[in-house]
Amino acid sequence: MSTTTDSKVRIQLENFSVTDEIEVMKKVSRNIGGITTFLGTGRELSKGENITQLNFEHYPKMAEKKLEEIRLKAIKDYGIIDMSIIHRIGPIEIGENIVLIVAVGEHRKETFIACEWAIAELKRTTPIWKRETTSTGEVWVQDTP
Amino acid sequence: MITIKFFASLKTIAEMEEKIIEVSNSISMDQLSEIISKTSPKMGEFIREKKVMISVNEEMADSDTIIHDGDEVAFLPPFSGGS
Repeated sequence: MSTTTDSKVRIQLENFSVTDEIEVMKKVSRNIGGITTFLGTGRELSKGENITQLNFEHYPKMAEKKLEEIRLKAIKDYGIIDMSIIHRIGPIEIGENIVLIVAVGEHRKETFIACEWAIAELKRTTPIWKRETTSTGEVWVQDTP
Repeated sequence: MITIKFFASLKTIAEMEEKIIEVSNSISMDQLSEIISKTSPKMGEFIREKKVMISVNEEMADSDTIIHDGDEVAFLPPFSGGS
């Protein structure tokens, strides 16, 4: 598990600061004119059931590799300057941060598109799994919109 | 030696997180599913019916992939990262 804060792709147990992560990305280039972020957080209601806790598991090394592939493809295909992707694992309470994507570019348009593409691609290709705890027990989530 | 890993819901189905098998030659995915079926019939069924994704050495693979000595094979249920 990567916990170094200088890496632009991280999977970590601990929480992250959205402000700090944006500040890190702002320092990447003086040509940044637009920043788009996606922050995913723990939702209480899922399929009509109240969730009391979430728990994320990943395939170490492969998950980081996939996130780096997403980052590099976003830069290449959408013309953004850079991107960071941070995903938490382990137990996560309702309302807590789960995932953060920060896309920085010269203009807003490419950062919006890259950010939306990156979260969809993360869900599709990255070996990370979510387990939800409800009053009736625990279940591994098999599909997420 | 081939290292086999199971993740998330598949750990419960396989009743293990990891299994190491010794092989003298490269094997097919069908042969691997037969080996796994001996200790976990349900997991073998999942592999044969393609209900799981497979990676070899951290790259996505399929039922035609040949597995070599030293490879790491992982069986992956549908991903659910993000929020």
